[in-house]
Amino acid sequence: MMGFLASFEALRHDKRAAIAAIAATVAMGIVLAVFPFIVGSALGNSWLRIVDFAMLYIMLALGLNIVVGFAGLLDMGYIAFYAVGAYLYALLASPHFGLHLPVWLIIPAGAVLAGIFGALLGAPTLRLRGDYLAIVTLGFGEIVRIFLNNLNAPVNITNGPQGISGIDPIHLGGITLAKPISVLGFTIPSLHAYYYLFLVLALGIVFVTIRLENSRIGRAWVAIREDEIAAKSCGINTRNIKLLAFTMGASFGGVAGGLFAGFQGFVSPESFNLMESVMVLCMVVLGGMGNIPGVILGGILLTVLPEVFRHGAGPVQMALFGKILLDPEALRMLLFGLALVVVMLYRPAGLWPSTTRRREFKGESTDVLKEGE
Amino acid sequence: MSSVLLDARAIAKHFGGVKALHDVSLSINQGEIYGLIGPNGAGKTTFFNVLTGLYHPDGGELIFAGEKLPASAPHKVAKRGIARTFQNIRLFANMSAMENVMVGCHVRTHAGVFGAVVHDRRTTAEEVAIRRRAEELLHYVNIADRADDLARHLSYGDQRRLEIARALATDPKLLALDEPAAGMNGTETEALRELIEGIRKDGITVLLIEHDVKLVMGLCDRVAVLDYGEKICEDVPAVVQKDPKVIEAYLGGSLA
Ligand SMILES: Nc1ncnc2c1ncn2[C@@H]1O[C@H](COP(=O)(O)OP(=O)(O)O)[C@@H](O)[C@H]1O
Ligand SMILES: [Mg+2]
Repeated sequence: MMGFLASFEALRHDKRAAIAAIAATVAMGIVLAVFPFIVGSALGNSWLRIVDFAMLYIMLALGLNIVVGFAGLLDMGYIAFYAVGAYLYALLASPHFGLHLPVWLIIPAGAVLAGIFGALLGAPTLRLRGDYLAIVTLGFGEIVRIFLNNLNAPVNITNGPQGISGIDPIHLGGITLAKPISVLGFTIPSLHAYYYLFLVLALGIVFVTIRLENSRIGRAWVAIREDEIAAKSCGINTRNIKLLAFTMGASFGGVAGGLFAGFQGFVSPESFNLMESVMVLCMVVLGGMGNIPGVILGGILLTVLPEVFRHGAGPVQMALFGKILLDPEALRMLLFGLALVVVMLYRPAGLWPSTTRRREFKGESTDVLKEGE
Repeated sequence: MSSVLLDARAIAKHFGGVKALHDVSLSINQGEIYGLIGPNGAGKTTFFNVLTGLYHPDGGELIFAGEKLPASAPHKVAKRGIARTFQNIRLFANMSAMENVMVGCHVRTHAGVFGAVVHDRRTTAEEVAIRRRAEELLHYVNIADRADDLARHLSYGDQRRLEIARALATDPKLLALDEPAAGMNGTETEALRELIEGIRKDGITVLLIEHDVKLVMGLCDRVAVLDYGEKICEDVPAVVQKDPKVIEAYLGGSLA
């Protein structure tokens, strides 16, 4: 996608560069197209599932990046919007209420509803920044989860801690992605089909994010992050622009949530706990806040690495010591934590920070006028 | 002769017991360079903050171009045509010089999310215009060669100029500069004087806080002097310089 955009820009300047960019785009397209088949045959379906999840996390990370990376608003409850999208899908397309609305309706509705929740979170927190904002948003995320847990009485809406199961798989125009699809004699297995759908939507979100970043709105977000007082004095209506960041970011989460519900077939409040919010935040921070390729990288690494540790920890110990000394599950989190600490120590701006903005971490907040300033 | 652009009526602002501004009234004419001086802590910056909506005044009102200015709404003040720089430079440190100026164009442009994503004709044209205007302004303040550098990598003098360019990008009627020459050497100050004169020639009224007395006296049409939050004098430079109250204020307080 970025290759595609680059090729577009390049066309105006230089023919050879344009051809190179187009070639790169085509190559990238082929790799992305055959990727699920390579993973599926080399590593098996469980890894393909992980790849599918990586797509969802990329969407989440890009959404949170708008709020945290661009606008500089520390949101610790982002997973709530994923939950909103997921539960909307679950309620509107499952035996729970006996509703089976079409996907093309539910996913956009999930984006809109999550966006509204984003504005609801944003409105009361507009004056907060940094740690204060983090605490309030954290509380918001937990409130949403607790509501989902308890909205089963007196009227059963969410089915409480048991969650909602039997959710309709994603189906488009009579084709369900839950079963292998045959196209022109080819058979596309279910996990592969989900991969393609998620890929297309993730690319769509990347496209929207890139366009926003390089726009009047994107510049206003970054200006607020850099110096809120100066941004106001430049005529930016910081209230509206911040609300817009919350809304846009949340709507991406809503889309990802709907896809998650259809893919998984089951949702429960436990999928949307604080740890998930922290995980998505880590993707943004670790990858390179505000830099789109970095955030995508963060999303992939933080989805795949814990699984690598989980699957690798047992066999490696067997090979080294002849027995399993540490529980792979515990080791997984240990290694993961260690990796985070190392990255933050040695690359505080993230693994892949933007080349022009290797943003320094300023502890100082910029929204208060100091005496005589 | 000339019409009044800004009429400040009995502006008051206290911080706890400190009367930072005590019923300060002043009026600035269209097209003039108006100086605001006074010892440290006299209330000059506070006046700017009230004027630009960053502080809510405890009394008084501001009439700008014939209409009352909204209090505590900086973005509306900018839209009405007042731009400013800050005593302690406030740039968007991790944005390029170019982007800083482009942010200044925000208030006179319109593209929303839809335009940004879809790139309709109007948005594309607007974006081209923003870019052109920003380039123009960087040239104007003479830092075009630093367009792609991050604001925080510019020299101190260039940062001051960039802040002026960003302020000009909002298309102001009144440009308020808070100690723009602070920390500049002689040549830089001279270039700044030329820049300010050029800005006035382009039809923008300038309100200037400055400690460099020579610069103020040479540049300003009229000067007001603040001391302990009160206006003690307002006149042409030649008269202000001889005013006994002003001399006392400067000798009594920390000499600027
Ligand atoms: N935000 C603030 N809180 C408390 N006191 C302030 C604040 N801003 C300014 N002051 C006080 O108001 C007075 C005027 O300050 P200021 O306007 O910065 O002076 P100047 O710019 O003329 O040097 C000083 O006594 C200063 O300490
Ligand atoms: Mg001051």
